[in-house]
Amino acid sequence: MTPGPESPSCRLEAVDLTCERGDRRLFAGLGFALNPGEALIVEGANGAGKTTLLRTLCGLSRPVTGSVRWCGEDIHAVRPEFNAALNYVGHQPGIKADLTPLENLRVDLALHGLARGDLVDILDRVGLYGFEDVPCRTLSAGQRRRVALARLLAVPARLWILDEPFTAIDRDGVGMLCEAIDVHLAAGGLAVLTSHQAVELAHGRVGRLTLGRAA
Amino acid sequence: MWRAMVSVVKRDLLLAVRHRSELVNPLLFFLIVVSLFPLSLEPDPRMLATIGGGVIWVAALLAGMLALDAMFRPDFEDGTLEQLVLSPQPVAALALAKVFAHWLVSGLPLMLVAPLLGVLMNLPGEAMLALLATLAVGTPVISLVGAIGVALTVGLRRSGVLLSLLVLPLYIPVLIFGAAAAGDAAAGQSITGPVLFIGAMLVLALTLAPLAISAALRISLE
Repeated sequence: MTPGPESPSCRLEAVDLTCERGDRRLFAGLGFALNPGEALIVEGANGAGKTTLLRTLCGLSRPVTGSVRWCGEDIHAVRPEFNAALNYVGHQPGIKADLTPLENLRVDLALHGLARGDLVDILDRVGLYGFEDVPCRTLSAGQRRRVALARLLAVPARLWILDEPFTAIDRDGVGMLCEAIDVHLAAGGLAVLTSHQAVELAHGRVGRLTLGRAA
Repeated sequence: MWRAMVSVVKRDLLLAVRHRSELVNPLLFFLIVVSLFPLSLEPDPRMLATIGGGVIWVAALLAGMLALDAMFRPDFEDGTLEQLVLSPQPVAALALAKVFAHWLVSGLPLMLVAPLLGVLMNLPGEAMLALLATLAVGTPVISLVGAIGVALTVGLRRSGVLLSLLVLPLYIPVLIFGAAAAGDAAAGQSITGPVLFIGAMLVLALTLAPLAISAALRISLE
């Protein structure tokens, strides 16, 4: 989970982004730059385009105009490098309900070309000790969310993009996640997240972006 | 990349084992559709032997269609498809791994049951061999071509009929050569031609389908 030494140019930039959903323009001319050690918290009312922005930032959706750049290059041009640096937790946790947390994490590791790590220890850290071999179907919503968050700790990546990571998670879990983000930022990582809760981060510069003021 | 592909295949097989009932459904469908023919047509052994190869091939296509949707839809719904597309591995390679796993649990069983249905349809021994040979080469084509259709329609809420309309016409060449081979073999002719034709389609599908699937998946996720 410790990102490697950062070259100063490796930052995430959004240049003149315009995104639409259906026929509705969500935002236009959006631009920002995120440097190593910085976090961006995206705020906005429901339907303001937070999820669309995050999906655009990680390259799942394409913007109508503008581009997202990683290390100065369009992310669609450097997809393998960008994806290797990316850890995305979306609305759906991205875990298989019929597999156990351990089995889910093993696939995530293999997808990133990593050998088997100390996954039991990581599951312990996200508070799932004793649930390693239980099918995720039987876990609660918050516990399933924790399995997805365990991926953040298991797969090292410089850029974390988290869509509502605190949903369904209890107070201890929120503290644990804030701490993990702090450590990540302190090690030179970047994070973009949306949240309806107040996020308290001790380290790192935290930027805030509020969407949908015009709408 | 190999590690990722192997792990995707292993995961999908494991999921298939935990969902055994879904495995059996297309297979039962296959059995029932074929056994309807002797019931509805005259149970004349000679006629059954003539139409047998074609009937089994059509039923295999339909049963294969039935199983297709399970290839990407569950992954689309629980978000693991996003993780697949956002992984540093080439999406085409991962898609190929998924299609292979899907073929192992859907195409291969169809092939294994086919001889039983051949007996039901009174197929002569040579025709049975021809049927097995064409199914062995043809069912992977069904999975690969079908996967393109599934990848295109996975973002839609109700894609069942659309998927059939999209994919079934593309199966026609495989069907023609597959059914013809059984007839040829029964008439004592060589089946090398049809089998090689389907083999050529398999090579074409193996090389091009993964690229099409990965492009289609990206569109569906947008």
